[in-house]
Amino acid sequence: MSTTENNRKPNVETNATSSATSSATSSAASSAKANATSAANIKTEKFRKKSKLKQGGLKLLLADIIGLGSALIIFVIPFLFILVNSLKDRRGANKMSLAMPETFEWGNYLEVIKTNNYMVITAFKNSAMITVGAVVVLIITASMAGYIMQRRRDKVTTWANAIIMIGLMVPPAILPTIWVLQFLHIYKSMFSIIMLEVAINTPFTIMLYRGFMNTIPLELEESGFIDGCSKIRMFTNIVFPLLKPVTATVVILNAVTIFNDFVNPLYFFPGNKNATIQLTLYNFMGQFSSSYNMLFADVIIIVVPMLILFLIFNKRIVEGMVAGAVKG
Amino acid sequence: MDKKKYSLWFLAPSMIIFFVMFIVPTVSSFYFSLTVWNFDSIKFTGLDNFKMFFSESHLNIGIKNTLIYAVLTSGLKVILAFLLAIFLTSAIRTKTMIRSLVFFPNLVSTIAIGLTFKAMMHPTKGLINSALGLIGLPNIDWLGNTDLALYSIILTDVWKGLSIATVIYIAGIQSIDKTYYEAASIDGASGWHKLLHITLPLSRPSRNSVLILSFIGGIRTFDMIWAMTGGGPGFATDVLASIVYKQYAAGFYGLSTAGNVIMLILIALLAFPLQRYLYKREEA
Repeated sequence: MSTTENNRKPNVETNATSSATSSATSSAASSAKANATSAANIKTEKFRKKSKLKQGGLKLLLADIIGLGSALIIFVIPFLFILVNSLKDRRGANKMSLAMPETFEWGNYLEVIKTNNYMVITAFKNSAMITVGAVVVLIITASMAGYIMQRRRDKVTTWANAIIMIGLMVPPAILPTIWVLQFLHIYKSMFSIIMLEVAINTPFTIMLYRGFMNTIPLELEESGFIDGCSKIRMFTNIVFPLLKPVTATVVILNAVTIFNDFVNPLYFFPGNKNATIQLTLYNFMGQFSSSYNMLFADVIIIVVPMLILFLIFNKRIVEGMVAGAVKG
Repeated sequence: MDKKKYSLWFLAPSMIIFFVMFIVPTVSSFYFSLTVWNFDSIKFTGLDNFKMFFSESHLNIGIKNTLIYAVLTSGLKVILAFLLAIFLTSAIRTKTMIRSLVFFPNLVSTIAIGLTFKAMMHPTKGLINSALGLIGLPNIDWLGNTDLALYSIILTDVWKGLSIATVIYIAGIQSIDKTYYEAASIDGASGWHKLLHITLPLSRPSRNSVLILSFIGGIRTFDMIWAMTGGGPGFATDVLASIVYKQYAAGFYGLSTAGNVIMLILIALLAFPLQRYLYKREEA
């Protein structure tokens, strides 16, 4: 499972192109042998190669066009559909067509934001607090745990690892969780939803950190200990800075997951004051059932932060998701 | 020596949070599933909740639908993503662009995508039916037809999940040693043969990841169902997770917890052995 991880590192793009050209070069190599034996063959070989290339070029162009075309239709039109309809008036949007709006109703966005006493703003604030809070706690706790679980191999860490792995597969039990939260008197609090998001994302995050610790040589720590470094300073000053690349992955993956989370806030953070950004959409589904322009404007408001994130960190996100998934 | 250098205290914060917020509820769910309870009182009823779950048609349809959902979404993703990954690792020049387009849905929340497709699947005005109308096909009631609704949701789920599956495959295919292809070319293997005898078997680790990830995701699915149909029409698209929510909202806490436990058992009985089996074959 983890084997692909390391092999992948050397430049991904060049690998792809070399696989395509490799067949061409090897056939060239075999044809070179033939050329040596009879000079007469040279011309025909060359000719054949040329025509082959031309044919390949045409095929490629066709593949490019078809590929890009269908990707645009299948993966872009839904977003375009939402965007144009979010800018129409109520009647126009309810036709649900892909036509451009007759007049651009930018006011829709303002109206959505104002709805229910600026619910969207509250929700954005809540979502941001939950996301930032949970990610920060996750980075601190999971990096420490991953560090120890990789470096120290004994009964305790083996057990800890086994328990953590359960969390990768099993969904959280809803009502017993509420029961625990009520017992602790923290139900419906910002603190409880942050801790829940931390708990739910802990297994995956520890796994990422533990996997990355594998690649960090022990020598640094050994010489640090000889110089009299304390256990805590060893981690904060030497190990943690080395974990930077995987910390970036952890931040992006968890931020996307937690920001997009719908189920956990629905159960564990109920109430209008506690709305999160995904829940506004759910609330508006009833309220705006006959004005799709408003509903779609809210969808766009939700999608835009992710789009910005994607445009900036495109490569990092894709790599991080693969690393996470392949490890999982 | 090691024990002195690597203090177990470092494990404590993570473990405490995980234990209190996850392990305690999970373990206690087994007990709560055997009771009729709310936050004030509790009455032990044995296996009554489970008997009810299996005998009532509006409850056991959730088990059936969950299995259909998990099997079909993971199966479709494994096949389609493989084909897409082959295409996107070929020599075409627009592949970076296509990859970005395919990948983006993965970042958008399921609830937003579910809502978008619900609008596009509108029986009379929806975009999909309009497109079908252009080539002379009749309108289809994607989400209103009890026989079809679940499959419409499954297709939407595949649309969203294809991205990550494809990216995993691409990483796997690119990590295959190029010398295999070169050796095969020298022996005169055609592109088709190389695909069948090199790419297909050697991309097995990625295939296993995709399969396990989407199977577990399928058993746990909730957002997509909730955004698109809310379990309807009738109970036609109810899955375990949506039944857990409905029973919770109706105040039947015991039944709701039993739904959670059944989900856990399904994962333990199906996903866990599946993973074991796949990785054993991978090592062999």
